[in-house]
Amino acid sequence: MAIEVIMPQLGESVVEGTVTKWLKRLHERIQEFEPLVEINTDKVDTEVPSPATGTVLQLLVAEGETVRAGTVLALIGEPSENVPEVQPSGRTDGEFAASKPPVAASAPMRQAEPASPVAAVDRQAEVGFISPVVARIAAERGVDLSKVTGSGQGGRITKKDVLNYLEVKKPAPPWEEPASGELFRPTEEVLGEFKPAVTAPSMKVQPLDPVRARIAEHMVRSRHTSPHVTTVMEADLGRVLAHRAANRPAFERDGVNLTLSPYFVAATVEALKQVPIVNSSWSDQGIVLHPQVNVGVAVSLGDKGLIVPVVKNADQLSLLALARSVNDLSERARSRKLDPDEVQGGTFTITNHGVSGSLLAMPIINQPQCAILGIGKLQKRVIVIESQGPGGEPGDSLAVRPMAYLTLTFDHRIIDGAIADHFLSVVVQRLQAWA
Amino acid sequence: MELTETLHFELNRENLLEMYWLMLLSRRLDERAWVLHRQGKIAFHISAIGHEAAQVGAVFAIRRGQDWLLPYYRDLTMVLAMGLTPREFMLGLMGRQGEPSSGARQMPSHWSLKRAKVVSHSSPVATQTPHASGIGFAIKLRGDDAVVLTTIGEGSTSQGEWYEAVNWAAIHKLPVIFMIENNVYAISVRQDRQMAVPRAADKALGLGLPGVTVDGLDAIAVHRVVSEAVARARDGDGPTIVEATVHRMTPHSSDDDDRTYRPRAEMEALKAQDPVDQFRSRLMGEGILSEKAEAEINERAKAEVEEAVAFATQAPYPDVSEATYPVFSGDRRHG
Amino acid sequence: MAEITLIEGLRQAMDEELARDERVFILGEDVGPRGGVFRATQGLYEKYGPERIVDSPLAELSIVGIGIGAALYGMHPICEIQFADFIHPAFNQIVSEAARLCYRSGGEWTVPMVIRAPYGGGIGGGLYHSQSVEAFYAHVPGLKVVIPSNPYDAKGLLKSAVRDPDPVMFFEPKKGYRLIRGEVPEGEEILVPIGPARVSRPGTDLSVFAYGMMHQYCWEAAERVAQEGIEAEVVDLRTLKPVDKQAVLSSVAKTGKALIVYEDNLTGGYGAEIAAILAEEAFTQLDAPVRRLAGPDIPAVPYSHPLQDWFMPNPDKIAAAIRDLAAY
Repeated sequence: MAIEVIMPQLGESVVEGTVTKWLKRLHERIQEFEPLVEINTDKVDTEVPSPATGTVLQLLVAEGETVRAGTVLALIGEPSENVPEVQPSGRTDGEFAASKPPVAASAPMRQAEPASPVAAVDRQAEVGFISPVVARIAAERGVDLSKVTGSGQGGRITKKDVLNYLEVKKPAPPWEEPASGELFRPTEEVLGEFKPAVTAPSMKVQPLDPVRARIAEHMVRSRHTSPHVTTVMEADLGRVLAHRAANRPAFERDGVNLTLSPYFVAATVEALKQVPIVNSSWSDQGIVLHPQVNVGVAVSLGDKGLIVPVVKNADQLSLLALARSVNDLSERARSRKLDPDEVQGGTFTITNHGVSGSLLAMPIINQPQCAILGIGKLQKRVIVIESQGPGGEPGDSLAVRPMAYLTLTFDHRIIDGAIADHFLSVVVQRLQAWA
Repeated sequence: MELTETLHFELNRENLLEMYWLMLLSRRLDERAWVLHRQGKIAFHISAIGHEAAQVGAVFAIRRGQDWLLPYYRDLTMVLAMGLTPREFMLGLMGRQGEPSSGARQMPSHWSLKRAKVVSHSSPVATQTPHASGIGFAIKLRGDDAVVLTTIGEGSTSQGEWYEAVNWAAIHKLPVIFMIENNVYAISVRQDRQMAVPRAADKALGLGLPGVTVDGLDAIAVHRVVSEAVARARDGDGPTIVEATVHRMTPHSSDDDDRTYRPRAEMEALKAQDPVDQFRSRLMGEGILSEKAEAEINERAKAEVEEAVAFATQAPYPDVSEATYPVFSGDRRHG
Repeated sequence: MAEITLIEGLRQAMDEELARDERVFILGEDVGPRGGVFRATQGLYEKYGPERIVDSPLAELSIVGIGIGAALYGMHPICEIQFADFIHPAFNQIVSEAARLCYRSGGEWTVPMVIRAPYGGGIGGGLYHSQSVEAFYAHVPGLKVVIPSNPYDAKGLLKSAVRDPDPVMFFEPKKGYRLIRGEVPEGEEILVPIGPARVSRPGTDLSVFAYGMMHQYCWEAAERVAQEGIEAEVVDLRTLKPVDKQAVLSSVAKTGKALIVYEDNLTGGYGAEIAAILAEEAFTQLDAPVRRLAGPDIPAVPYSHPLQDWFMPNPDKIAAAIRDLAAY
C-alpha cells in the first residue's frame, strides 16, 4: 500500500506551505527519514523526511506551488503497487512553474486534518499513556508515536523521547524546529512571477536562495501595500544607561544579561498603550485594533537575512521579564531554534540598525502592522541645554549626552503625522525620563 | 443653664443655629431614609434618630477638617457636620456611582471623607479604635497638634479591639477621645448583659485614663465635656473616655424588628425626650431661634431632602468595571 | 562583600530604611532594648530611640491596628509579630481592614505597612512556634505576601516591602535565620523588587518550586541528584502574591514536570495554587502529573523530635520525590 507524504501542519495558525525543491526524482529509491522535499515559508528551508523506505511513485505538487497543510505531496511505495489515478498539479522536473493561483484548484487535496493525532489515537493502546505535551508535539510535528520508543515509567513515551526521535530523524537542519518565519503564508500572498535571469556572458548571477526571495517579496509587497512615511526624533539615553548600570548586577544574579533592548521594548509598549491606534492593521472593513501587544524584535542573521521573533503580551511583562524574553528569543533566533508561534502574531516591530553603525535609517513596515520603530546608533553628541540665568536672561549651555535617533515608519492609511509624532514622542519621553 | 454659661465654651449664636440646623437636617434625612426603605427603594438604612444632640455637641468641640474623626455607622449627624451633603448621603443609600465614602463598594453609612479627615470604617465594630490610637501615636511622633475623636456604641466596648486601642492610648498618653454613644441596646442586648459596670465610662478606671459620663440628649453639655477632653489631649495629657447617654428611638437598623425585645410603651416614652425637640425648645426659649426662623429652617431642610432624593434617584449606578479596582494603591484611577 | 546570616540581612534592611525615611518606625513585642526575641532588631533601639522602636503591649491585634492607624496618617510602620503562630488575633485587622481600606475607600486611604513574622518549623517549637500562615494571606486581595530564602533577598525584599505603598505580609523562615548564610555586597543599595521569582538553579529534567527554608532544601536536593544525572531546575518563588506566573509557566514549558515543595499542611496550602495554575495554563506542556511535597495534614508541628522530623520535608525526602518524578 503506497504511503502518502503529507504537507505537515506546523504552528497554530498554519495554513499552507510551498514546495521549493524535490530532493528525489520519480522512481528513485528513498530511505525512511531521508529528506524527500524542501518546503519553504517566508524565510526558511525545512524538509519533509520520507515516512517510509521505498520508491518515489508519484510527485503530486510542482516545485514553486503553494498548497494547504494536509495536502498529499507524494506517494512512496513499491514499484509493483497500483497507485490511485491522480492528476499531477504541475511539472516535477525542477522547472519553475508559471504563476499559479495557490491552493484548491490545482492540488488534489485532502481536507486538512492533521494526520498524526489521528494516528496517535488509532494506536493509543500500543503506545501507552500519552501525556499532554507529547500529544501536542506529536500533533504539531506530525510524529507517528508508534515509531517512538518510550523510556518513561511503564515504557511510556516521554517528552524527551519524542524530541529525541525528532532530533534523530533529520540529518540536515531540523524541519520540526524551523529557524523562523511564518511557516505558511496566508492565501492572499501570491507568489511572484519568476523569470529566468537575462544575462550577458560576462555577468555573474547569484541564484536567489528562498530566504532572499522571500525577503525581497515581502519588502516589495510592503512598499506597495502601505504608503510609507518616516518621522525622526532623537532621545537622550542618559537615564536609561544609568539605570542599566545600576541594575545590571541584580539582573545578572537572576541569570539575565541586561541590554538596552528591553528598555526600547518597554518604552514602545508604553506608547502603544497610550496611542492604541498604532497597535493595529489596515483592512477594507476598517482598522483592526489588536487586543494584544505583541512586539517583534528584529534579529539579524548575517548573510542569512533577518528574522523577527515576537515578545507576546509585552505589556504584561516587567523589565526583567522583557530582558529575559528578548535574550532568549534572540539567542534561539540565531541558533535557529524558534517555534513557529514565536515568529507569528506580532503587532509592532522594533529594529535596531544602530548596532551595525547606522545613525539613522528608514525601515520598511513589517506587514500587516501599522508601524515600525528603528533605533539608531548610540552616540555621544554635543547638545544645547536651554536655561535661564539669574536675571531671567537666556543662558544656554553645551552638554555631552548619549543620544540616539529614533525613526518611526508608519502606514499613512492608518495614522497621520500628528499621531505618529505623538507616539514617537511618548517613546522618547519614556526613555528620557527613565527611573 | 443660662445663656452666658453656654457661651463659655465658645459656642456663639451662629454655632447654636448651625447645630440646630444639622440636627434637623439629619433627622429629616433619616426619616426619609426609613420611608425609602419601607417603600422598597433602598436596601438598608441604619439610623441616628435619638443621637443627634450627642453627635453634634461632640463634633463642634473639635477643629473640623484639622482634627481626625473615626466615626461608626450611626454617626450621620456628625458626618453631616463634617461636610457630607444630603446628595452624597442619598447616593450612598441608593448605591450610586460617585458616592464619596466608597464609590458604593460599601453598604450605606460606612463613612469616609478624606477631605475632612474622616477615616473609612468597616462593619466589624470597634475595628477603627486601634486606628484612632495609631493616628494619635503618629501625631505624637510627628509633634503635630491634632486630636482624634472616635465613636462607637456601648456594645462595641466589649470588643478586644477597643480595650487594646484604649490601652495603647493610655500608656502613651495619646491625643484620642474615645466617645461612647450609649443607647443601652446592642441590637437587642441590653447594657446589663453587655458589661458588669453601671456605666461604660467606668471601664476607664481599669485602663488608667479618665472616664466621664454626660447626658447625650443635651448637646451643649456634651460639647462642654468633649471640649475639656480635647483640651486635655491637645495639652499632651492623654486620652479620655466620654460616654454620652442617648436613646435609640428606632430599631437597630432597617433589618431589625425591635418589637420582639422592646416594649412599645418604652418607645413612646422616648418621644417626650426627643433631643431635637429639646434643643429647638431651648433655643426658642432663649430667643436665639424665632418661630419664623424655625419654620424657614424646617422648610429648607425638607427642600434639601427632596432635592437630594431626586438627584440620587436619577444618578447612574457604578459601571461594573469599577468593581475590579482599586485593590492596590497603584490601581487608582484619577479623573 | 560580606557573608551574613539571613537575620542579619533583615536587620540591615530595617536599619537602612529607618535611617533613610523618618516615617519608618518599628512596633512589636520586645523589639526595643531586648532587640527582638530573635535579635532581628538588635541595636536599633539604641540607635533610633524609643519613639521609633516601640515596645508594644502583649496584644497582636493592636500591633497591627495601631500600625494601620499610623499608616493612614502617612507613616511607614514595620509591625513585628513575634511568631506567625500568634498572628491570628490580628487576622481581623489584617483582612477586614488593612487589605480592604484602599478598595473600600475608592483609593482615598492607603496602608503602607509591613507586617513581619518568623514562620515555619524544625526548631523544636511544637504546635505554637512552628506554623506556616502564608496560605491564609495569599488568599486575600489587597495584601502582598513575600518570603525570602537567603540573606540577599531578605535584605532586598524587606527594603522593597518597607517602600511599598500597600500592606505587605513578610514571613521569615525562622529555621534559616542563622542557618542560611550568603554574600551581600556592602556599601550599595540592595533592592529586590517584589514580584519576580528567581531561578536559583537552571535545569532541564523537572522544575522544583519552593520558597523560604524549603527552597534551601530543594537546592541541596537538586545538587545531590545532579550527581545521579538528574538536572533539576529550582525556582525560588520569593513573592507568593502577586506570584511570578511567567517564571512558573516558562520553567515548566522547558522541563515538562513540576514538583512544588512547601512545609505548610498539604491541603489548601499555598503550593496548591501553583498546582492549579499549572494544571490550567500549562496543560499542553506537562509530561507528568503536577506533584506537591508538603507537610502532612496534622497540626503543625508536633514537638518530640521524631514526630517533628516525620512532619518536616527535608533534602532526603525532596531528593526522593525528584527522582520519582524524573523517572516518570
